[in-house]
Amino acid sequence: MSLLDVKNLSISFATPRGRLAAVRDLSFSLKAGETLALVGESGCGKSLTALALLGLLEPPAVMEGNGIFLEGRNLLTLDEPTLRSLRGSRIAMIFQEPMTALNPVLTVGEQIMEVITEHEGGGRRAARARAVALMEKVRIPDAERRFAEYPHRLSGGLRQRVMIAMALACSPAVLIADEPTTALDVTIQAQILDLIGTLKRENGTAVLFITHDLGLVGQHADRVMVMYAGRVVEERTAADLFADPLHPYTRGLIAARPGLGGSGRRERLMEIPGTVPGLGAMPVGCAFSPRCAFADDLCRSTVPTSIDQAGGRIACHHSEGIHDREPAIRRIGNS
Amino acid sequence: MRRYLRRSLWQIGIVVLGIATINFFLLHLAPGDAAEVMAGESGAATAEYMAALRQQFGIDQPLYLQFLRYVGHLLTLDLGYSFREGMPVAELMRQRLPATLLLMGSSTALAVSLGCVLGFMAARRAGKIADTVISTLALLFYATPVFWVGVMLVMVFSVALDWLPIGGMTSIEAGYRGWALAGDVARHLVLPAVTLGLFYLAIYTRLVRASMLEVYHLDFVRTARAKGVRPWRIATRHVLRNALLPVVTTLGVQLSSILGGAVLVETVFSWPGLGRLAFEALFHRDLALLLGILFCSSLVVVFVNLAVDLIYTLLDPRIELS
Ligand SMILES: Nc1ncnc2c1ncn2[C@@H]1O[C@H](COP(=O)(O)OP(=O)(O)OP(=O)(O)O)[C@@H](O)[C@H]1O
Ligand SMILES: [Mg+2]
Repeated sequence: MSLLDVKNLSISFATPRGRLAAVRDLSFSLKAGETLALVGESGCGKSLTALALLGLLEPPAVMEGNGIFLEGRNLLTLDEPTLRSLRGSRIAMIFQEPMTALNPVLTVGEQIMEVITEHEGGGRRAARARAVALMEKVRIPDAERRFAEYPHRLSGGLRQRVMIAMALACSPAVLIADEPTTALDVTIQAQILDLIGTLKRENGTAVLFITHDLGLVGQHADRVMVMYAGRVVEERTAADLFADPLHPYTRGLIAARPGLGGSGRRERLMEIPGTVPGLGAMPVGCAFSPRCAFADDLCRSTVPTSIDQAGGRIACHHSEGIHDREPAIRRIGNS
Repeated sequence: MRRYLRRSLWQIGIVVLGIATINFFLLHLAPGDAAEVMAGESGAATAEYMAALRQQFGIDQPLYLQFLRYVGHLLTLDLGYSFREGMPVAELMRQRLPATLLLMGSSTALAVSLGCVLGFMAARRAGKIADTVISTLALLFYATPVFWVGVMLVMVFSVALDWLPIGGMTSIEAGYRGWALAGDVARHLVLPAVTLGLFYLAIYTRLVRASMLEVYHLDFVRTARAKGVRPWRIATRHVLRNALLPVVTTLGVQLSSILGGAVLVETVFSWPGLGRLAFEALFHRDLALLLGILFCSSLVVVFVNLAVDLIYTLLDPRIELS
């Protein structure tokens, strides 16, 4: 059974000049113990999606859809007190900026305890002991002493571990990690992602791992959704996606990924020409068409629907024949 | 911490002495002296009488000698003697201090507590009717001159409705004792305390509201929501606590400037406190008394600022004394 089922979720902003759609028709499901990566450039709607899943969108953002089913319950139909009781206990979130995401005037221990006391009640004593145990579990050295530290006294990596301890305090079914390591340096980044992976395997948590860094996805995700301008353009298993990306945008992203070539020399970086369209200036057809080497009249006039293909889903009019057209993109990339 | 305090105390000593010096020379810049005022009042302004008075008060000597004597006395914690009242300055002030402390304490407590509550309520209902009402009233009181508020309150509650006494601190003729006396003082206290506190009440209300609305947008509040913390607890534990720093700053400013307000309010309501004493001393050119009051209020200012620094470190662990 899937722990989280999202059906046709759309998020838009109510403006004086009408609705601006930011996320369109997003559907996916998450199984226990699975990590699904949501990848896309800055501004494509990743954080909005995360907040929507928690029911934390604030006006002018509004969401609609056919349901967000968390362990079978449709979050779209629940009232706020019920939603609140699920937040932090059944579905939890780790934020990008560990510097600002913690309250500066409360000790980190108190902030972890708070999750436990808010959701499960019980004595402060017991909650404190559990908080310390959680801090040990996320490998914060010297947890007993660090319990009474304020956030500003801890390094970025430790703060993010505190965030993880908070998120996992009530053993949620679903964990959303919104760019959990973007603010950290590379070695800490790997440690944090490994920690999330380990805890996920121990507890059978389903993880939605949001990132703009395709490089992290290969090792840390089972499946990948690539998002462009508010729409998922390709969803595949991580292995398939890297072996044979089928959407032109995904191909561009992978080609643009810095890495070492077989010869030990840096591979030639291929940039995708053009920029992401703004919310108010979406093209009529496929949002990627202005930047796409394969785009034709069909692409420019009709939004492609998502179709099952190659063990995943792809939203492109030409993904079937993409391999035959490959030389075209090479030529453009080199010119 | 201890080093910080020791250094602050040194600085405080120097600052207070500096202020005393400036006060001394500023007050002596003004024309006229106590002898002139007294002689004028008694109607016997002969040259000999005035010279005799001046000699008695010690104000016939050159200014620098008077200054040295004043500083010498200060260093031995002697505030001097008021010839006008025929009493040591310290004793005069000690008599008036309780009344002023009562007035300042109750008006400050009123302003801070009610201001925080109203600001909190307005911030939690931002944009709704309760917020509009509170914010409008706060703006109104913020913009209204204190003396006018005082006069209006007297007109309404003392003159028209006859609910509260017009002035003074007790009904002397009634001869109350014990609880009856306390109740009587409380009734006398209402109007001056409200008058003195209303302006700051408005400031605290606006401050707490604005500051809380700002904090509501910070990332850690979103984190608290994502943790499933109840709205009331988010408002109190996460938002209000972080919004209190500017309140402490303003509290420091208020306490530092309260004597100025007290002069006005105590005079309007004939409240027997230090403010009125200062006003009378100024009127009578009783420089020893005036300098004594100014000296003590400068002490209050510097110690309040020290206390504000200490409270900061309690409220915000990121701030460290150095
Ligand atoms: N209040 C708002 N009004 C209008 N547009 C908004 C508002 N808040 C966000 N947006 C827009 O919504 C889009 C999606 O934002 P979101 O924060 O989800 O991006 P993201 O994919 O998380 O990007 P990043 O990688 O920078 O975190 C952006 O284009 C942003 O400009
Ligand atoms: Mg984001």
